Amino acid sequence: MNEWPLWEVFIRGQHGLAHQHAGSLHAPDAETALNNARDVYTRRNEGVSIWVVKSSDITASSPSEKGPLFEPAASKPYRHPTFYEVPDEVKHL
Amino acid sequence: MTPDEIFQDRIDRGIKIEPKDYMPEGYRKTLIRQISQHAHSEIVGQLPEGNWITRAPSLRRKAILLAKVQDEAGHGLYLYSAAETLGVSRDQMIADLHSGKAKYSSIFNYPTLTWADIGAIGWLVDGAAIINQIALCRCSYGPYARAMVRICKEESFHQRQGYEILLTLCRGTKEQKAMAQDALNRWWWPSLMMFGPHDSESPHAEQSTKWKIKIVSNDGLRQKFVDQTVPQGEYLGLTFPDPKLKWNAVRGHYDFGEIDWQEFKNVIQGNGPCNRDRLRARIEAHEQGAWVREAAMAYAKKHENKAAA
Ligand SMILES: [Fe+2]
Ligand SMILES: [Fe+2]
Repeated sequence: MNEWPLWEVFIRGQHGLAHQHAGSLHAPDAETALNNARDVYTRRNEGVSIWVVKSSDITASSPSEKGPLFEPAASKPYRHPTFYEVPDEVKHL
Repeated sequence: MTPDEIFQDRIDRGIKIEPKDYMPEGYRKTLIRQISQHAHSEIVGQLPEGNWITRAPSLRRKAILLAKVQDEAGHGLYLYSAAETLGVSRDQMIADLHSGKAKYSSIFNYPTLTWADIGAIGWLVDGAAIINQIALCRCSYGPYARAMVRICKEESFHQRQGYEILLTLCRGTKEQKAMAQDALNRWWWPSLMMFGPHDSESPHAEQSTKWKIKIVSNDGLRQKFVDQTVPQGEYLGLTFPDPKLKWNAVRGHYDFGEIDWQEFKNVIQGNGPCNRDRLRARIEAHEQGAWVREAAMAYAKKHENKAAA
């Protein structure tokens, strides 16, 4: 089997926003991927800019690593402003 | 319309400029200078606070200070990355910092002598930085504006933890309160200098405003900082080291004394109390880390070859 490679599509929804993942598609090369992404993902003015990235070029964290990767942040409430007691009379802090 | 006129029109209509868009060379250069200078400030800014990590008075304070300094490293990274979208390399920016060609905020050339200085930095220095950065969230260059949004979110605890340190000291013994007062005395004026020269003295202000790289004037931001900060200091029961500081009911703002601009120039030109120390520490860290960068590269190459074989 000789399947076309898979591409991940990222769309900038509006001027000023960052690109966000929209979905994926198969295409033989980058240019075709871009054209097809335009046809598939922006038919209703969903975007002002598109990125396509070969899926095989993306390194993703594995779901089984979720605990060790993200749980340590839970024990660090001092990274949030609500951790600190500021008297009501003190404004703009 | 010429490309420059189309560009200006886009900015006037509030549409962000993105890396692949046309931009005048001056816009690109000004942004590279400003963003890299901002990045350098985040990185060098870790040094005065890092000085107290091992001597924080409790485990709680130590964890907080570590988290804050860690955030500043991240801010430097976001900003270097934003500058790289303009076509300048990371190595080039770091070389410019180390050679003295690129500047960083003059505030980080002052020493942190006591624990109260860590409180004063969070309250005043991060406070001033936040006022500047909130304005920059609206700047015309997309990657810079987005980095600012992220940074502002993270900054929100920095100022509060500093204020909390001072509040604790001010509720403590006579000596502790005196320590807080001494820190305010030393950090107040350098904090006001963070907003830069008077608008009438800053040569590029007009063009930067037109390009929406500068959103609010230096003096406007400084006034906002003074207006917000003075009542906070009064709540602490501290006195500001400025006999001219006074509420002006007619203006609806605080009046305040003139900054010692000679000191400002001196520190920028490299003659502040810690300029040499700060640069030496940065260069040393970079040089001593060279073998780590090389080893990591060699390791990656080795595995690439293995995978290809
Ligand atoms: Fe920061
Ligand atoms: Fe900060």
